[in-house]
Amino acid sequence: MRAMGIILAGGGMKNSRMGELAAKRAVAAMPVAGSYRSIDFALSNMSNSHIQKVAVLTQDNARSLNEHLSSSKWWDFGRKQGGMYVFTPTRTIDNTDWYRGTADSIAQNIEFIRDSHEPYVVIASGDCVYKMDYGDVLEAHIDKKADITVVCKEMPEDVNVERYGCVKTDSDGRITEFEEKPVKATSNLISCGIYIIRRRQLVEMIEKASLENRYDFVKDILIRYKDIKRIFAYRMNDYWRNISTIRDYYETNMDFLNPDIRRYFFRNYPDIYSKVDDLPPAKYNVGVNVKNCLIASGSIINGTIENSVIFKKAFIGNNCTIKNSIILNDVYIGDNSYIENCIVESRSTIRANSVQKGDEGIKIVVEKNERYVI
Amino acid sequence: MVKKEMIAMLLAGGQGSRLGVLTRKVAKPAVSFGGKYRIIDFPLSNCIDSGIDTVGVLTQYQPLRLNTHIGIGIPWDLDRNVGGVTVLPPYEKSINSEWYTGTANAIYQNLDYMESFNPEYVLILSGDHIYKMDYEVMLDFHKKNKAEVTIAVMPVPIEEAKRFGIVITDENRKITEFEEKPENPHSNLASMGIYIFNWKTLKEALIAQAEQPALDFGKHVIPYCHGNSAPIYAYEFNGYWKDVGTLHSYWEANMELIDIIPEFNLYEEYWKIYTKSDALTPQYISAESKVERTIIGEGAEIYGEVYSSIIGCNVTIGKGTVVRDSIIMNDTVIGDGAKINKTIIAENACIGNGVETGTGEEVDNETDPNIYNHGLVCIGEKTTVPDNVSVGKNSVIYGKTEPSDYPGGMLASGRTLIKEGEKA
Repeated sequence: MRAMGIILAGGGMKNSRMGELAAKRAVAAMPVAGSYRSIDFALSNMSNSHIQKVAVLTQDNARSLNEHLSSSKWWDFGRKQGGMYVFTPTRTIDNTDWYRGTADSIAQNIEFIRDSHEPYVVIASGDCVYKMDYGDVLEAHIDKKADITVVCKEMPEDVNVERYGCVKTDSDGRITEFEEKPVKATSNLISCGIYIIRRRQLVEMIEKASLENRYDFVKDILIRYKDIKRIFAYRMNDYWRNISTIRDYYETNMDFLNPDIRRYFFRNYPDIYSKVDDLPPAKYNVGVNVKNCLIASGSIINGTIENSVIFKKAFIGNNCTIKNSIILNDVYIGDNSYIENCIVESRSTIRANSVQKGDEGIKIVVEKNERYVI
Repeated sequence: MVKKEMIAMLLAGGQGSRLGVLTRKVAKPAVSFGGKYRIIDFPLSNCIDSGIDTVGVLTQYQPLRLNTHIGIGIPWDLDRNVGGVTVLPPYEKSINSEWYTGTANAIYQNLDYMESFNPEYVLILSGDHIYKMDYEVMLDFHKKNKAEVTIAVMPVPIEEAKRFGIVITDENRKITEFEEKPENPHSNLASMGIYIFNWKTLKEALIAQAEQPALDFGKHVIPYCHGNSAPIYAYEFNGYWKDVGTLHSYWEANMELIDIIPEFNLYEEYWKIYTKSDALTPQYISAESKVERTIIGEGAEIYGEVYSSIIGCNVTIGKGTVVRDSIIMNDTVIGDGAKINKTIIAENACIGNGVETGTGEEVDNETDPNIYNHGLVCIGEKTTVPDNVSVGKNSVIYGKTEPSDYPGGMLASGRTLIKEGEKA
C-alpha cells in the first residue's frame, strides 16, 4: 500500500452528545460490539488495506486509549517497517497549545508526516464502525486525478443528517457543495470522515492553514479549498455508523444482534482485530435464561438477559433481569437487580436489589459501590 | 553474558494414544481444553507466571498444530530477546541421528540448548497435565534443602497408588526409596513428572547414561542419581492437578470447569492462563436458545439448547439441537434438530441435521475398548457425519463418512468407523 494512515482520535470530554460515557474516555476508546473498541475498526481497516504505518492523534482522556494501543502487534502493523505511533500533544519551544482542531493536530505532528516516504495519506476518524479497503478508495482517487477524496455515504431519506457534513457532487463525483452540520440539510449524501490525499499536498495545505491560524480540517481545508482543488466523493454502500451520540452508540451495539451484520463483521473476510485480553470463556450457571444476546468472554452469567449486549468480564447475579441494555466491561451486578433500557458504564458495581430503568430513552448508569470479592 | 537461573524443558512430543482419534493429527499437548485453551497452555502459563522466561518445548509427534499455536510465544509473553520459547524438534547429526527415544533422551539431545543459557537449575515438565503451580516455590524448596534433584509429588488415594511411580521419604521429605507401579505401595506420594535438577547433576547423569536405549527420567536418570547418593527431595503439591491421559479423564476434567465454583478456577485474576486466541468476537445466544451450566468460547453462535457442556470458539449449534454433557471443540458446526449426548467432538467437524449421538445400550468398543469407554462417543477433527443418523455409545467416528456407512441410519454402540478423507 502506498499510503500511511492518520487516525483522528482526539475527541472526548467536550462531546456532550455522549453524555457521561465521554467523561471517562476518548470516543475512539468506546467499547463496541462486546469485544472491541471503536478505534479497532479504523485500525483493522488500515491493517487489512496493507497500510504499514499509522499515526493515532489523541488528547482527551487518552488513558483507556493508550492502554488499548499497547502494541502494534494486535493489529499486525510492522514494528520496524512502519508501525503504530500514538501522538498526544507535547510542549515544544514554539508550541504550548493543545490540539486546537483536527488540522492543528496534524500540524503539530507535521514533521512525522513530512519525513515519511509514502506518497499518500489515509485520514480516518476513530469513532466509526465499518469495514473498508482503503486501497479501492485510493484507486478511485488516482483515477479521478483528485486532490482529495472524501468517502461519502448516501443516508436513507428518513435519517436526520444535520449532525454530519453534507455534500453535493456533480455528475463526475466532484464535490460542489459541502456544508458542515447544516441547519437544514439539502442533501442526504454525508461525509464519513475518511479522506485520501497526497502526502505532499497535505503537508502543504496543513502548513498553510497553520500559518493562517486555521485549525479545522473540514472547515479550513475541505470547504475552503473545494472550488480550487479537485475534491471528489467516493461512495461507500456498506455498513457505516458513527457513534457520536448516545442513541447512535446504543443502536450500533444493538445492530450486532442482527445475524447479517454479525456475519459481515465477525465471519466474513477480513477480520477486525483488537487487543487480546486473555479472558476465560463465558460461563452460564444453573437457572440462566439468555435470549437474543451477545456475550463476551470472561463473563459469568446468572439470571435472565434479553436483547442485550454484555461486554467482557461482566458478572450478572442470581435472579437478575436485564432487558434491552448494554453492560460494559468489568461490571458487577448484584442479585435480584432489574435493568432495562440502560447502558451500564465500565467497572460499575451495582448493589443487589437495584432497579435501573430508562423510561424515556437510554439511561446511563454509573455506580461506583464497593465490590465484594468472594 | 547470558545467564538464566532456571530454564524449563517442556516435553511435548508424545502422541497420547489413549486419547484415540483426538490425537490422530495433533500431539496431545495441542488438544483443546476448556473451550478455548490447549493442554500445553497450562504448563506454559505456569512458567511465565512463575517468572521462568526461557522454555524449550520438545516436539516430535505431529507438531504442526503445536508449532502454530506456540509461534514465537507472544500470547505467553515469551517472545524475548534472550530466552523466550524455543521449539526443539529432533534433528539430524553428523553421526548417530535418531528420534527422541525417551523423555531423558530428548533432553540429552538438547544439551547444547540448555548449556547456552548457563543455568543453575533445569525444570523438566510434561505437556499433558492441567494444573496451576508456582515453580518458584518449588525452587525455593529445592534450594533450602540443598537438593540436587527435587521431584514434585502429590498424595493419591492409597488404593490408586499402584498406578503411579511412588516415592518414600524420611521426615525431612528426603527420598529414601522409589517404587514404580508397586503392588503393595508403602506410601501414597505419587510423582507428578515435574523435576528440578541442578544443571551439573543433570548434565553429568545424561552424559553418563547416553548409551542407554530409551533413556527415561523415571526409569533411568532418577535411579542413577539416587544410586550416586545425590540428595533427592519430594516437594508435596496439594492443589488441583489432573492427568488428562484418557478420554474419560479428559472429559471429566472439562466437566469440572462448569461447577459453580470449580476446584480449578479459570476466573481468578491471580495466576492467569494464557492462550493463542483463535477468535475475539463475542458469542451470540439466540432468542430460541437455552443455555445452562455451560462455558462457551468466543465467537460461538448458539441457536439450540446446551446443558452441562464445554463449547469452543466459533462453534455453531443449530436450531432445535440439544447438546448435553458434551465437549464441542473450536469451529465445529452442528446442524438443526440434533441430539448430542455425552460426546466429544473435535475441531472443525461437521455434524448433520437430526443426528443423535449416545443412543442405545452400552457395549464395549469393538477395536479399542480401553480407549473408547464410559459410554462416551468420540468424533474426530474435520469429520463429517451425515444427516439423521443415530450413533451409539462407546463408538468412534473419524473422516468423511457417508449415509452408506450407517446401515439402517445408525452406528451401533461400540462400533469404530474410521474413514479416509476430511471435511473440505
